[in-house]
Amino acid sequence: MAEQLLEVKNLETHFNTPEGIVHAVNGVSFHLSEGETLGVVGESGCGKSVTMLSCLRLIPSPPGKIVAGQALFKGDDLLKMEPEEIRHVRGGQISMVFQDPMTSLNPVMTIGKQMAEPLMLHLNMTKEQARNRSIELLGLVGIPNAGDRLNDYPHQYSGGMRQRVMIAMALSCNPQILIADEPTTALDVTIQAQIVELVKHLRQELGMAIIWITHDLGVVANLADRVMVMYGGYIIEEANVYELYANPRHPYTLGLIGSLPQIHEDVHKKLFSIEGMPPVLYQTPNLCPFAPRCKWVTERCWKENPALEAVSDGHRVACWVDTRNGSK
Amino acid sequence: MTANSNVLIKVENLVMHFPIYRGVIRRQVGAVHAVDGVSFDIRQGETLGLVGESGCGKSTTGRTILQLYKPTDGNVYFKDTNLVKLRQEPMRLMRREMQMIFQDPYASLNPRMTVRDIVGEPLLAFGEASGKEIDDRVKELLHMVQLNPDYSGRYPHEFSGGQRQRIGLARALALNPSFIVCDEPISALDVSIQAQVVNLLEALQEKLNLTYLFIAHDLSMVRHISNRVAVMYLGIIVELADRNDLFAHPMHPYTQALLSAIPVADPVYNEKRRRVILEGDVPSPVNPPSGCRFRTRCPIADAFCAEKTPEWREVRPGHFAACHKI
Repeated sequence: MAEQLLEVKNLETHFNTPEGIVHAVNGVSFHLSEGETLGVVGESGCGKSVTMLSCLRLIPSPPGKIVAGQALFKGDDLLKMEPEEIRHVRGGQISMVFQDPMTSLNPVMTIGKQMAEPLMLHLNMTKEQARNRSIELLGLVGIPNAGDRLNDYPHQYSGGMRQRVMIAMALSCNPQILIADEPTTALDVTIQAQIVELVKHLRQELGMAIIWITHDLGVVANLADRVMVMYGGYIIEEANVYELYANPRHPYTLGLIGSLPQIHEDVHKKLFSIEGMPPVLYQTPNLCPFAPRCKWVTERCWKENPALEAVSDGHRVACWVDTRNGSK
Repeated sequence: MTANSNVLIKVENLVMHFPIYRGVIRRQVGAVHAVDGVSFDIRQGETLGLVGESGCGKSTTGRTILQLYKPTDGNVYFKDTNLVKLRQEPMRLMRREMQMIFQDPYASLNPRMTVRDIVGEPLLAFGEASGKEIDDRVKELLHMVQLNPDYSGRYPHEFSGGQRQRIGLARALALNPSFIVCDEPISALDVSIQAQVVNLLEALQEKLNLTYLFIAHDLSMVRHISNRVAVMYLGIIVELADRNDLFAHPMHPYTQALLSAIPVADPVYNEKRRRVILEGDVPSPVNPPSGCRFRTRCPIADAFCAEKTPEWREVRPGHFAACHKI
């Protein structure tokens, strides 16, 4: 296999809490090729954000701790880098867009100043150059009158525009990987559609790889090449986007897709619902973490945690049961 | 679901403006036109979905119907009573019939009250029960919303988002209301939990013959739960129709854009569909555009749309819309 742009191996992250050690990420391995878009799907608390934050060493420590694993970015382990080195990677070669455009911008700094910061830091631009580049970038993400709007403060921008600014900032140093953590969750559908189209367009133009974290299976279907479904700190299914939606195999993935109302639905059906709620893992489980909510559950599921195994080319599932026919 | 044509709620030309005050003497300098003349009926036993983007006035409409805000103009009839004309005490008694569940299950429950006190409070406030009776009724209500009745001594922080939303629902059901305004009840919840709550809302509707006004911005969920759907934009309703009719044949350009913006969990379908991507943001409701309010973002607007406000009319039987181009 050719060298991957990003290769994560057996990543484990724990959090020390007063109630005990929470095992947020439990031996997650995945890779990202150049120019690829990887969707990471799961409910809140499944470890999808923590996985990506761990790769960039953005986990507050304490209480968080990366216990094991490697995150190879073009062959170099991000987890072993000196603080100085990783600062160059963050925001430069790998950048991140966060969920909440309202709180991730500094309210007392003008947009222009905030945008110039990474440019001056990573690319050693002068103030003048940084300003010109900012105007260019704002134009790229579709903000009209960019020159004037640089002097505005974040509160003078709408939610969608703030998210555009965040994306412009993330793109400002020509990153090779853009990690987007629920970037459209706080936005209205029409604005969400604008942002998704924008990202697709930028991806074509700039050719970066994207990791798109979301709980919205609809957005991922529209954007990703490959999708990874996470549950309880494990990857439980991974496949090419067409394969995943056409032949979901893990009971949790089946449940997630089934609990969405169909837009083409003409007759009223009861929604498929997964009973119970996601677990908080205080220890590495010796059972399948989904077993308590699973309707295919077998005796073996309570005793052993299934590993992620290939069921067809590029399609990996962690389940003891073959959900197509119920056999073990 | 049984929807007959008995009208339970009739909203006539409802207007809700919030004044803006400026300066030392607090002079009124303008108003936020949150709701600007909406009219619709909600029939007994049906679910009317109300959708739109944030700031379009959908929550304000729900709250104004319940008289949580005093409307600037217009009438709201519950059965035959005009709620707008009611004095304080008769209105208070009327509230037994109409309840609300809120969006944020974290902010809408008092963290210092136990579940028993939260769910039992409406009973206490209206003197419907006391002491042991409240305990029994609370247990019955918790059972109804599929929570363990033994949890009644716990505090809200001990529950997950979905469970809290059930507590809010139990509180709303305490007085046997006939009408419930559901203000984005599921948008703060995870996908698998959303389905649980929606299934519960549907089951209760059938069992207790409830009427819902279901406010949401998630169109696919609204389609699933509603009998009819109204689409709001900047303080007015632009289209209202039976759910299948609205989703299959949207007439207003805003509805069309909104429908095409729904993310669909089907990569093959996504490649085939035609998407209308709207430009820009919703204009400010302080100074809504002249004529048709949607014209600033409308792909087919022309000069005439800026001059004349489109009339709200029945385009097809049961299908209403306000647009010059239809």
